[in-house]
Amino acid sequence: MNFPINFIQAFSKAILAVVMVLQPASVRSNMTVVIGFEGSANKIGVGIIRDGEVLSNPRRTYITPPGQGFLPGETAKHHRSVILTVLQEALDEAGLKAEDIDCVAYTKGPGMGAPLVTVAIVARTVAQLWGKPLLGVNHCIGHIEMGRLITNAQNPTVLYVSGGNTQVIAYSERRYRIFGETIDIAVGNCLDRFARVIKISNDPSPGYNIEQMAKKGTKYIELPYTVKGMDVSFSGILSYIEDAAHKMLSTSQCTPEDLCFSLQETVFAMLVEITERAMAHCGSQEVLIVGGVGCNLRLQEMMGVMCKERGARLFATDESFCIDNGAMIAQAGWEMFCSGHVTELSDSWITQRYRTDEVEVTWRD
Amino acid sequence: MDHSDSVKASVPSYLKEAQMIKQGAEARVYRGTFLGRSVIIKERFPKLYRHPEVDEKLTRRRTTQEVRSILRCRRAGINAPVVYFVDYTTHCIFLEDIIHSVSVKDHIASAQASEQNPQHLQTLADKIGETLAQMHDEDVIHGDLTTSNMLLVSGAEDQNMKLVLIDFGLSYISALPEDKGVDLYVLEKAFLSTHPKTETLFERLLKSYTASSKKSSVVLKKLDEVRLRGRKRSMVG
Repeated sequence: MNFPINFIQAFSKAILAVVMVLQPASVRSNMTVVIGFEGSANKIGVGIIRDGEVLSNPRRTYITPPGQGFLPGETAKHHRSVILTVLQEALDEAGLKAEDIDCVAYTKGPGMGAPLVTVAIVARTVAQLWGKPLLGVNHCIGHIEMGRLITNAQNPTVLYVSGGNTQVIAYSERRYRIFGETIDIAVGNCLDRFARVIKISNDPSPGYNIEQMAKKGTKYIELPYTVKGMDVSFSGILSYIEDAAHKMLSTSQCTPEDLCFSLQETVFAMLVEITERAMAHCGSQEVLIVGGVGCNLRLQEMMGVMCKERGARLFATDESFCIDNGAMIAQAGWEMFCSGHVTELSDSWITQRYRTDEVEVTWRD
Repeated sequence: MDHSDSVKASVPSYLKEAQMIKQGAEARVYRGTFLGRSVIIKERFPKLYRHPEVDEKLTRRRTTQEVRSILRCRRAGINAPVVYFVDYTTHCIFLEDIIHSVSVKDHIASAQASEQNPQHLQTLADKIGETLAQMHDEDVIHGDLTTSNMLLVSGAEDQNMKLVLIDFGLSYISALPEDKGVDLYVLEKAFLSTHPKTETLFERLLKSYTASSKKSSVVLKKLDEVRLRGRKRSMVG
């Protein structure tokens, strides 16, 4: 059984060529494609990333009538009704098929239980159907990685503000460390609940409508200002303004626009302050704002003024990336996948509480 | 912008002659002279990103609280800078210059980097715990406890370690264990996020606090509660 050497070489090359032709396009061209599923709150999004390029990022929002918030069960129901449509849109817009995907990423947490479960089920099913590895991603890290990708900020102090989270984060020794955060409710939650009290529309989002009304406010109403070191507290200001709203609006002492204006000026000043503190502590010269509340132009303006005074740079993204979306999960998933992470099916549960600093960030030094 | 123009016009002369040493989040810190002594001048300058009314009320409140807290600490024998003078129109505080000192933050960082003498850091933890216990027993809540806000006067041996507390900008008076618990929580967070792998050192600090304070058990129970609270935020409001 002594085959000549050149025959063996030629034969192996032929086998290799056949095998390479059968590989998905991405492996052949050395690219990694990750699909991400996000639905931890009232937004359901599916996004596809290929080596830092956003190929598609469709999304739907569950909007409730004015005066009402969104509850877990109904939100999950909404997500169930649209997720497969959004998934198909994501694939179509990207011009890809199932076999082109290398990894299926989904939001492991934090967030609301029922919606998280709904999305995780679809991700698990799709991963098994397509025979692709799964990756459970931390929602907060999704925001951070998307912010870094879009803005190219090198090592910023991150202000992550949304309806469910308010944190000041800085990267250090393989962790996204939380320097400051809310000790009770998130700033977005405070704004959303205030919107309900004065029955502002939730379309497209309560925060957006508060922002528009605030532009017309003229009178500043004094509100409690609560910063404790690097942390903030919003439940006090919320109960105060809910009370003030009833009293002052019924006696026409001020308009709803004035209240929106005063609330924004106060809570945003608090956020800028704790961000500045963290920057001073870390010696940082860059700020990145992520999360739904990061869309607010007044917040961006105030942060910009603070940065200018310190000679620092401000980075922010637009509403397609600030607000929860699938591509941010795909991007964080891409980083994790490329550095060797994979989530076994048995580990692919979801959790409502998932600290940003629980994840070991192996893709940065 | 009118607000900033009028502000620039009123920069006091003593600041023009002083040398700025740092711009913190709260204020600019200068080194100057006052009645022949070397002083630190802390200027709470207007923050242009804030609405002017928010800014003025906040700045005045913080200047007053800071001075009151420092005086209260000093009266109880806790090391804090001497307050020489306060200018309430420009929100400037003239403080004693603590020379030949290094921040606890820098000290821990260099001690960890050189990996020498772990016992030395233990003694430091003991001292911090003891000092904070004294402060809380005086019902002074520092409000911004970080390792950048504690100074170690150099040249002092372990036994005579002199720890000076500074930056009482967010401080207030309160007897509530809840507030003291939050005060320690703020330090714990700042400590562990700035100095990784120092959990045991912080535990030692808390032990020293317990031993030195008369009202520590209630406070530590509150600290446990606050620690959990940060993790139990409900997404549904």
